[in-house]
Amino acid sequence: MPTYLRPTRQSEALAALAQGKFTVLAGGTDYYPARVGKPLSDDILDISAIEALRGVREEADHWRIGATTTWSDLIAAALPPLFDGLKLAAREIGGVQIQNAGSIAGNLCNASPAADGVPPLLTLDARVEIADAKGSSTVALADFILGNRKTLLRQDQLLTAILVPKSAHPERSHFAKLGAREYLVVSIAMVAATLQIEAGQVRAARIAVGSCSPVARRLPLAEAALAGKPCTGSLGEFLREDHFAALSPIDDVRASAEYRLDAALTLAKRVLNQLGAQT
Amino acid sequence: MSQGREDRMQLRVNGRSYDYAGSPAKRLSDVLRDDLGLTGTKVGCNAGDCGACTVLLDGKQVCSCLTAVAQASGREVTTVEGLAVNNTLSGLQRAFHRHGAAQCGICTPGMLVAAADLLSKNKQPSADQVKDALGGVLCRCTGYQKIIEAILDAAQAELPPSPAVGSAIGARAPKVDGLPKLTGEERYGADSIPAHALWLRVLRSPYHHASFEVGDLAAFAAAHPGIARVLSARDVPSNGFGIYPHIKDQPVLAAGKVNFRGEAVLALVGTRAAVEAVSDAEVPIAFKELPAVMGIAAAAAPGAALVQADKPGNVLLDGWVRKGKAAAAFAACAAVAEAEFETGFVEHAYIEPEAGWAERIGDRLEIHVTTQTPYMDRDEMAVVMKLKREQIRIVPTACGGGFGGKLDLSVQPLIGVAAWLLGKPVACIYTRPESMASSTKRHPSRISIKSGCDASGKLIAIETAADFDTGAYASWGPTVATRVPIHASGPYFVPHVTARGRAFFTHCHPSGAFRGFGVPQGAIAHEAMMDELADKIGMDRLAFRSVNALKAGDATATGQVLTHSAGLPQCLDALKPHWDAALAACAAYNKTAKTKRRGTGIGCMWYGIGNTALSNPSTMRIGLSAKGELTLYNGAVDIGQGSNTILTQIAADALGLPMDQFRIVMGDTDLTADAGKTSASRQTFVSGKAVEIAGRDLRAKLLGLLEAGADAALTLEGSLIKARDAQGEHQYDLAWLPSRHGHDALLGEGSFDPPTSPQDADGQGVPYATYAFAAQMAVVEVDCELGTVKVLEIVAAHDVGKAINPIQVEGQIHGGTIQGLGLALMEEYLPGRTENLHDYLIPTIGDMPNMKCILIEDAEPLGPSGAKGVGEPGLIPTAPAILGAIQHATGVRMRQVPVLPHRLRAAIKQAQE
Repeated sequence: MPTYLRPTRQSEALAALAQGKFTVLAGGTDYYPARVGKPLSDDILDISAIEALRGVREEADHWRIGATTTWSDLIAAALPPLFDGLKLAAREIGGVQIQNAGSIAGNLCNASPAADGVPPLLTLDARVEIADAKGSSTVALADFILGNRKTLLRQDQLLTAILVPKSAHPERSHFAKLGAREYLVVSIAMVAATLQIEAGQVRAARIAVGSCSPVARRLPLAEAALAGKPCTGSLGEFLREDHFAALSPIDDVRASAEYRLDAALTLAKRVLNQLGAQT
Repeated sequence: MSQGREDRMQLRVNGRSYDYAGSPAKRLSDVLRDDLGLTGTKVGCNAGDCGACTVLLDGKQVCSCLTAVAQASGREVTTVEGLAVNNTLSGLQRAFHRHGAAQCGICTPGMLVAAADLLSKNKQPSADQVKDALGGVLCRCTGYQKIIEAILDAAQAELPPSPAVGSAIGARAPKVDGLPKLTGEERYGADSIPAHALWLRVLRSPYHHASFEVGDLAAFAAAHPGIARVLSARDVPSNGFGIYPHIKDQPVLAAGKVNFRGEAVLALVGTRAAVEAVSDAEVPIAFKELPAVMGIAAAAAPGAALVQADKPGNVLLDGWVRKGKAAAAFAACAAVAEAEFETGFVEHAYIEPEAGWAERIGDRLEIHVTTQTPYMDRDEMAVVMKLKREQIRIVPTACGGGFGGKLDLSVQPLIGVAAWLLGKPVACIYTRPESMASSTKRHPSRISIKSGCDASGKLIAIETAADFDTGAYASWGPTVATRVPIHASGPYFVPHVTARGRAFFTHCHPSGAFRGFGVPQGAIAHEAMMDELADKIGMDRLAFRSVNALKAGDATATGQVLTHSAGLPQCLDALKPHWDAALAACAAYNKTAKTKRRGTGIGCMWYGIGNTALSNPSTMRIGLSAKGELTLYNGAVDIGQGSNTILTQIAADALGLPMDQFRIVMGDTDLTADAGKTSASRQTFVSGKAVEIAGRDLRAKLLGLLEAGADAALTLEGSLIKARDAQGEHQYDLAWLPSRHGHDALLGEGSFDPPTSPQDADGQGVPYATYAFAAQMAVVEVDCELGTVKVLEIVAAHDVGKAINPIQVEGQIHGGTIQGLGLALMEEYLPGRTENLHDYLIPTIGDMPNMKCILIEDAEPLGPSGAKGVGEPGLIPTAPAILGAIQHATGVRMRQVPVLPHRLRAAIKQAQE
């Protein structure tokens, strides 16, 4: 029978990772579905008992979201409007059962092209903190996820937190997801956006699209086009199709590639209109 | 740090402590069920897609199938068994019972637990809050409406009373078998497997079409401790099964060649741990993939490779109905419409996967299984085992949803052969992907249709041809190919009809029975024609249907003159005010709407109750023992639709005793009589009539004993049966009677076989004794930029003859309707690509529209108290109504379902260009 470790301290977890090959288990919402009808044969490092890894904390220049923080924890946390988009994404993940168990870090490490947490975190310029037995470092989320189900996390490393920088300027965010039904649905496309607004104008915009490329992507062309534009309920009209050229959607059981691009543009316009209209 | 391979831990479940020793990674759901015996928590997918396994962990809902048991240690777990306190049902459970919120009951534990989580934080939630809280639990039966109603009523609901003597028929009686579904006590296919049973796991084809060679299985078994035997085709006494007596074309285990992905090839039998530990790759089998015939076009192409060597042209069956001269009649039509339609595979997606166990007892084989059809199972198992029928006993467990998908054999022959050969109980539970890959589906169709009417709107001619993909084996394909032409012209009087139905073999899982047997696909075509013709001659779409609706005195496409109970005109009249209001509301909304547009659509249907032009009998028995125990021996399986309750209602009133004095023996082939299968919407009509006769038979016997008059009021008190009539009170002590009929001293028996006649070469004849009719309207909102459709409202008017139990009837309509919504908007099974409940989407609680049922009671003289059937009709008109509403909203007629967002968006863009 395989090994099952459930440490209460991060150092114990890192020591274990330094010595052997483990599958890291947090909420289990990706681990078990991948093993339907198959034996549970992995050696498991269950990090859910490490208290220090859970919860959202405000630090001097950033917010720290612990690795095992669940979507429900995030929804319940008192956070500034900057996090509204991420909270909207949290509410759209699975059903409440999944939100109560699934961790935000797990969503990132699973690296699905349809991971609902990734676009909002990209628009928050999130970094992830990676630790091993020797120490820890941070890397931008955009650099952390390498491809479909691929990250740069090594076998001996643990993603310990997600860090969201504070901005000197007030920011607001929004998120929209499109699926073929309500609740419990894999996204066909999703869009997240964060705006910095100054004197009624867009000081800076960050937009990301998910489910339309192997890894959710920011849209630098669109972001550049929006800078300096008046913040109104028709802000989205500044978007053009060629801003979305970085995307590379595929045909699958949920939708056609062509539709995904079309829908991403529509969703992005709506998200920006909504953000622009907020007073 | 806790560490271990085999941990010991304490679990707190429902306030009680349990010791657990085993793998810390084991799913909490499996620990609850297998180690602690708490089988109230159900497993539908093991992937977090269905929510049936929902439990509370420290008061918060989680999927126990996604929770490592180690993570539950030290926390408080609450399961459905913990919701009742001191054997008193919670308000929530009482409300579920009162509102009929549980049908098959397999999702009910998950629903209740998720709702309990919500109610613990919010005693008076809104409907939207209920939806948010229950969004993670799928239900395939109820359409969710009664679940929401129950939760909103949880604070005050009391248990409903049982109807008074003589007023059971027509009463909103709660389910007679409802309470165990609310407490977790109900036992489904996976819930009562003996602890010492061996386990069977099936090895299945990964290819649509392949040949294969098997290595040394005995050596493989010997090298794997715990594996008792590996079964292959040569272990099956007669290796072919199928629905029709003359078509036993599907092997239990494939012999050298597989014809669909998911086909059973080998069966590993051994301890559960041993069979689950083997990976497929270890088994000595070598496949050689062959080119596959996929889809109707490929199967029907000239010179196509044959799926079954003795079926030329890959044709299973070519069925016709011809009346008048349709082709010539179009010339006289004022308006003609013509189009082609396409539908895909649809999965039943019952939340309970196939499961059961078998045991050899002497020279008999007993099979405990989730099924819709114990007697057909018995007869089929006798063929497979080369045993006499009397040597097979089928004991149906509770059935966690069927919808036609549990009419075919699944685990039965596998566990039957294994138990027979090994002499030990053998169990099998399908995984969700295995269930989806191997079970039958709704037939994909390609339907061409041409309809014409005169200037006044009267239909003159319909010509239609429907081709169906029947998969690799026949299953119910012949039924679909004969039923569809009969219904293909819709519930209308049409003088000239030519209708054809063909079923083609392909290398896909067999297409089988699914709520409506092909009629829902056909309705999409004929209803689109009705809309188009109405538009062409400038008539209101509902009015156009009223002009043509079949009524008593009309002849159908098969020349059958309807004499009674043809209530479509009344259904349409009842819809009219809703229809007019909805049209006006949509017009008002669309005046100011930009990206979202609303539309209203209508769909009508008719449906022949029972088998098509075949004998279709049911026999029911009611026994009374010398102790005064009253037993309904009911061979009809209640799969959630409520036949146990409805048959008890009919029996109670026919006999003249209260419902709550009956106990039910359901489906056990040793103890009941053959009531036929639970399909074709037939149990209320056919078995209901049989039980009415049985009740009257027993009543006559009792009145004879009591020497009481025909209108005497009976009471049963212990062994004393009493009658009060004009002459006063009579009584008789049943204890004086010998037990002549096994357990019972007295037996009432009734049989009914609805009168039909065979069809001739042109399909003319009386294929059904009676028909159900319905008209539904849908209001939708289309997001034209995204191509998404939200169904806002459904009004469903159904002629049911007589609603024996309005709660159950509404439940059938709600559930059918939401399946029709799924067919229209999201459900499309693609072999090998959607074998789970997150790639294959069925509607969630968030997709349900506001549903209103209008029950029309145009009595059918043959039926019990005038009742017909309603099981399938709820589904049939829904997709046509939704498609019509989409067209009304956008101007686009979608001819392929499901109308996935990308398909509708592409059509809207094309129309704009």
